[in-house]
Amino acid sequence: MKKIFEKAAHAVLFTSSTVSIITVLLIILFLFREGVGLFGKKPIEDGQVLLVNKLNPVSKLTSDELKNIFDQEYTNWRKVGGTNDSILLFRIDDIFNYYTEEELAGIDTNIQLLNEKVSELVGKQIGMVAFISKTQLVLNNKVKIIEVEPVSVSGFFGGELWFPTSQPAAQFGVLPLLLGTLWVSLLAILIALPFGLATAVYMAEIARPSVRSMLKPVVELLAGIPSVVYGFFGLIVIVPLVQQLFNLPVGETGLAGSIVLAIMALPTIITVAEDSIRNTPRSMKEASLALGATHWQTIYRVIIPYASSGITAAVILGIGRAIGETMAVLMVTGNAAIIPHTILQPMRTIPATIAAELGEAAKGGMHYKALFALGCILFLITMLVNITVEFISGGKRIKR
Amino acid sequence: MIESKNLNLYYGQYHALKDISLSMPPKSVTALIGPSGCGKSTFLRTLNRMNDLIPGVRIDGDVLIDGKDIYKDKKMDIDVLRKNVGMVFQKANPFPKSIFENVAYGLRVNGVRDESFIKERVEKSLKQAALWGEVKDVLKKSALALSGGQQQRLCIARALAVEPHVLLMDEPASALDPISTSKIEELIHELKRDFTIAIVTHNMQQAARVSDYTAFFYLGELVELDETKAIFINPKKEQTQNYITGRFG
Repeated sequence: MKKIFEKAAHAVLFTSSTVSIITVLLIILFLFREGVGLFGKKPIEDGQVLLVNKLNPVSKLTSDELKNIFDQEYTNWRKVGGTNDSILLFRIDDIFNYYTEEELAGIDTNIQLLNEKVSELVGKQIGMVAFISKTQLVLNNKVKIIEVEPVSVSGFFGGELWFPTSQPAAQFGVLPLLLGTLWVSLLAILIALPFGLATAVYMAEIARPSVRSMLKPVVELLAGIPSVVYGFFGLIVIVPLVQQLFNLPVGETGLAGSIVLAIMALPTIITVAEDSIRNTPRSMKEASLALGATHWQTIYRVIIPYASSGITAAVILGIGRAIGETMAVLMVTGNAAIIPHTILQPMRTIPATIAAELGEAAKGGMHYKALFALGCILFLITMLVNITVEFISGGKRIKR
Repeated sequence: MIESKNLNLYYGQYHALKDISLSMPPKSVTALIGPSGCGKSTFLRTLNRMNDLIPGVRIDGDVLIDGKDIYKDKKMDIDVLRKNVGMVFQKANPFPKSIFENVAYGLRVNGVRDESFIKERVEKSLKQAALWGEVKDVLKKSALALSGGQQQRLCIARALAVEPHVLLMDEPASALDPISTSKIEELIHELKRDFTIAIVTHNMQQAARVSDYTAFFYLGELVELDETKAIFINPKKEQTQNYITGRFG
């Protein structure tokens, strides 16, 4: 009877742990399957094509080139390796500039006719590029379809533009988001570290037990506040403060995000660092004090070096918290997907991008897949952070 | 010269030391013996105010070192006291730093900046602790790489480097093998010429071998203090007799 109970207990434990591990693995698998789908696909809307004159030597364009062409930044085909002809943009509404209404009779219902007319037009104009529907497209011998360069890994990571919904071709350059995330997170840690470490040392070494027993729950309470509340606080208090302090047009900047994140990372840093400081053996402290060192000398010459691996772990865990934080950052950083040059610019982080854009991205589309690819990047960063923590706190304490 | 007069110590409600009055002459070794929990380590730690670190400790009475009351003298600087009254602990506790930096630590925290002086003093202290020959080529190596006995001698060297007048040793050899123990004991013999030494030990043979005077503590009281020879050959109190002959403890 006892044995059966033992076996049943084992089975339950085994099953629940297996289920939870498989769930986690499936989530990661799903994330990567969706994310990887982005690469090798053409960043042009499904069912749309770009039509040019057959005499045009250009046969392939990158999405950056397309953006420049359609923003009229490039006005000559030479810019993209073609002949010296000026670029003539054609959008579907422009058709009335070329044909009379009689010629276009019935065009509202007859897509084939429309396409014929467009092909005819493009066949006549050597510099024209038309962005039209692929449905019932009839190519005459004077036009050709221009290819769009598919999204590549290097283009994704090195791309400086994030315009996931731009027409005719979307831009998936993750660099501004990645840099925004790193700037905001790293500055947050730079702000949080001195305060966190000081608080940890104070709580572990200086505060009387009664003070400590009051402080500890307060710090833990700080960790329990929902991030949207921090974001709200940041928006109401920190954003205007930053705006006034630096005399900026807008206060929603990377700095505001960093300050909010620093406050949010504090509990992690304080708790982990305090634990490792308290774990410094009493014999180390006594050895130092017995040699005539003051309490402060003991703290910075013996206790902090001894606890340094724990403190490093605290910092990295804090970074991990900051990098993954979504809501508060979304609310205060201004969310401009541009490559940051100073911390006083609006910035956009990876998690904020996912949260803000996933709702409007069509399931299975390029934008949707790009957001999953962002999720993969975030996952890899936080995994790296966790591995580093494992490595540091598992590593030997012997130094020098 | 170490002197305590009517020293009482309480851990909260617990009366750990009861009216201890004793004196230790300079440049001698006094062994503190007694069963576990008798207060001998606590007494030792009152001499450099190490008990101050423990919350809830209360002390009354006087402790005089070189004529100064270390608890009541307002001009007494606790860091200077601890520099003058060195301590070696039961378990070797080198810092996770290099051998050199371990010995130099006391000098650095006491404000010595002159590197050549530090170097000289480190060498001298390691020689005094009979460790120089074994470590002179590996001074940069981590102290944690040394054997237990070497670590304990390193801790002694570290304590000597700040040139204390008094050396307190709390069972310095209890975690060591016989060879390391005998090295430490030889060392105590050598050090006696320059320092006043108080040593707590559980090992009565050790007390008999190294000390000039022996104090027997029991249940927080000082039962008997006399020359070591007298204590071991002809104790005046029956409790002492019983303890040294192994009838309890």
